[in-house]
Order: sequence, then structure tokens, then C-alpha cells
Amino acid sequence: MMKKQNPQFYEQVTSKLGGETLTKCFQCGTCASSCPVAKLTTRFNPRLVIKNAVAGEKERILVDGPIWLCCSCYNCQERCPQGVEIAEIMYALRNIALKEGHLPKAFIEMASNLMVEGRVVPTSAFTAKRREPLGLPPLKETGIEPLSKILSVTSFSKTVEKAKEVAK
Amino acid sequence: MTTYGLFLGCTIPARQPSYELASRKALKNLGIELVDLDKTTCCGPPPIESVDVKTSLAIAAYNISLAEELDLDMVTLCSGCFQSLAKANVLLKEEEHLREEINEILAKTGRKFRGNKDVKHYLQVLVNDVGLVEIKNNIAKALDNLRVASFYGCHLLRPSSLLKLDDVERPRVLDDLIEATGAKSIYYRNKLKCCGGLLRGYEDDLALEIAREKMMNISKAKADCVTTVCPFCFVALDMGQLQMKSKFNEVYEIPVLHYPELLCLSLGVDPKDLALGTHRTKVDSLLEKIR
Repeated sequence: MMKKQNPQFYEQVTSKLGGETLTKCFQCGTCASSCPVAKLTTRFNPRLVIKNAVAGEKERILVDGPIWLCCSCYNCQERCPQGVEIAEIMYALRNIALKEGHLPKAFIEMASNLMVEGRVVPTSAFTAKRREPLGLPPLKETGIEPLSKILSVTSFSKTVEKAKEVAK
Repeated sequence: MTTYGLFLGCTIPARQPSYELASRKALKNLGIELVDLDKTTCCGPPPIESVDVKTSLAIAAYNISLAEELDLDMVTLCSGCFQSLAKANVLLKEEEHLREEINEILAKTGRKFRGNKDVKHYLQVLVNDVGLVEIKNNIAKALDNLRVASFYGCHLLRPSSLLKLDDVERPRVLDDLIEATGAKSIYYRNKLKCCGGLLRGYEDDLALEIAREKMMNISKAKADCVTTVCPFCFVALDMGQLQMKSKFNEVYEIPVLHYPELLCLSLGVDPKDLALGTHRTKVDSLLEKIR
């Protein structure tokens, strides 16, 4: 078996929701050959992400940032003969990356939209106004209040604000 | 009449009124009543899962609880919303510990996830509640000279262990629904491959390359139009065609229709009553063909 560079990192991933199946990978490469992104660029290869996670090569995953190139199509996960939930592992790795201050700007923006508007893609006065002429009913109100409570309990808002500071 | 709680999501009301309009018309014509859910939020999609998986589950559970309160199953028009909500719904129904943990978070909002309702994509409503036979009985204008490329996208089908919507490598549901309109659902290479949509906004070049390969294959198969069932797939191919033109000088000019638009045309809805003019790739050639 590969020598683990950072055994704590491996524990960190496998103990996270969605990260549990990391242990089952036997590096067959079915994921890489099913991946639409890996076909176009060497910057992302799901098999290597898993390999580096198992080996505890934290820097290669968090700092080099391949995990942000997953397009979440779930083909790899569907076809994995070992039942490794690769797409879910990418989310688990992104969650860890964020806690350590690595969050791409586009994601900060979408998370901020959620915090302010209750929607990742906000509606505007323009989009609201064109509904009636089209015969669409007025938009219902957003549940921003309950949402803010959820985001506060889970420390989502705090985490995103911190990532914003780091990104500055 | 079957009634559903409609979860509209963010992208459709913000950017694709034509999708919402056609969906409402088609479902109403076929006897499905929609109740717009009040106080919904974003569904907890991949960008939010990327920040924190548990927050995304809590957000999904909160929204599902709104339909539970009305004693209604929930229906979505967006495959992204469908995946986030249906995945959470199944997971939280199955995993007691996780459900308790999420309900502790929801308690702060005064709500509870009970797990007694289903989350459906409208394709399931059309196939299972209305039925293909009934749809065929309602066709006013069979689209029988159209060659349609069906595009399933990813989050309608995967992860199949939780979504269980159709066979993941050989799905039929959308092809059957296209053929119910009288049109021919054609085969094209790599039909089930992703549109690259989720990379748009931060890896635009890669996203466009993925969409470009789709358009090449669709074009080679001599499709009259593409049919999508997700706002992200729609943008990737509709707006995407303009970008392919300016970046690669490739002209496809293949109209992209949301499935309910195709359905409405076959149900006899006047094209003028659909907001087809909001599409970025012109649909005139298609309307000409079915006139």
C-alpha cells in the first residue's frame, strides 16, 4: 500500500459525510475514462485525486485545486466497480479546502448570493416585471429569514465570510 | 386532478421565463394542478454542497418541509433542484441519524423534515400521472416531420441509487415523451454525456469545449432541434451556440427547446403564446418546419 504522507488528512476525509467510501478505491481508472473533464485537460483526473487523498497528499489536492474542476456529472460514481462515491468525495474535499481558506471566487460569489438573496441566482426587478406580460403569476416571497437561521446554525455564513477575507 | 407543490428554484424565474411558461401551460392542459410553494429558498445545489454538505441538506429539508405541510408531493422543473431535493429526501428518509441531526438544525426555524412526501421531476409526473397514452390522446398537431435530439443531462438521472428515475445508461423516459408528440427521437453519439454547465462561470473554456462536442454530435445526426429538461443544459447549448460561433467560428443554428415547449407545440398551443423569442438560438426554422 502507498505510504501516507499525512495520515490525519485521510482520516479527515473518510470521517466526513460523503467521504466514507474513499477506502474502497483500487485505482482501476474507470472514473478517469468516464470523466468529460479529464478527457480535455490534464489538470483534472478523478483517479489521481482519490489516489492523493488516500496517500494523504493534502497539498496536491487543496492547493493545486483539481477538485474545483469536477463538473459533478456523477458518471465516475455510477460506473465505479468498487462503489466509491467519487462525486461526493469531491464535495467532502471541497468542504475541507474551504475550511482551510481555499475557495475560488466564483463559489464565494454564489454563496454570498445565497446569504443575501436566498437564491444562488438572484432575480432582479427586470425579471419580476416581465412576468405579468407573459402571463406568469407573481413570484412568491423567499424564505430568507428561516434560511439565515440555518446558515447561522451551521456556521455557513461565518465560513464564507472568512473565505472572503482570505481571498482579498 | 393531481396536485403538486411547485418548487421553482432560482435559475428559471431569473433567466428562463419561457421554460416556466411552457411548463405551466403543458401541465395544466394535461390536468396537473400546481400550487406555488411559499417561502422557498435556493435548493442547496452543488455550489452550496461545495461549501458545506450538511448546510445543503438542511436547506433541501427545509424546502421539502414546506410541501409536507401542505400534504403535497413536490415537483421541480430544474434537474439541479430535482437532484438536490430528491437526493436529500431519500437520504434523510433512509438515514435516521442524519435526519435527527438535520432536524436539530431545522428546529431553529420552527420546522421539521418528516419524510412522508416525494420529490419528482416533471418528466415523472408526465409519464406516471398523465401517462403516454393520455398525452398522445391530447396531441392536436403531431410533430411527425421533426428529428429531435433528446438531452437528458446529468442530475435528472444520477446518482441513480438515490434518484431511481430511469436506467442510467439506457434511459427511455425523455425519448418516449418526445415520441409521444409524434416527433422522432434520434440517436447521436455520446448522448448521455454532460453539457459542462456546472463549469460555466469559472472554467468557461472547458465548459464550452464540452458543450461544443455535444453540438458537433447533434449536428452530425442531422437533428432539427435539441430538447433539454434542465435550465443549465439549456444555457450550455442555447447561449453556448453563440459562443461557439464567436470563438470557433462554428455555426450550428440548431434550435434548443425545453421539453414542455415541444409538448405545448404538439398540444396545439399557439407559438405566439410561448416566449420562444427569449431563446438565444433562433427557433424560426423549427416553427417553419411544423407549420
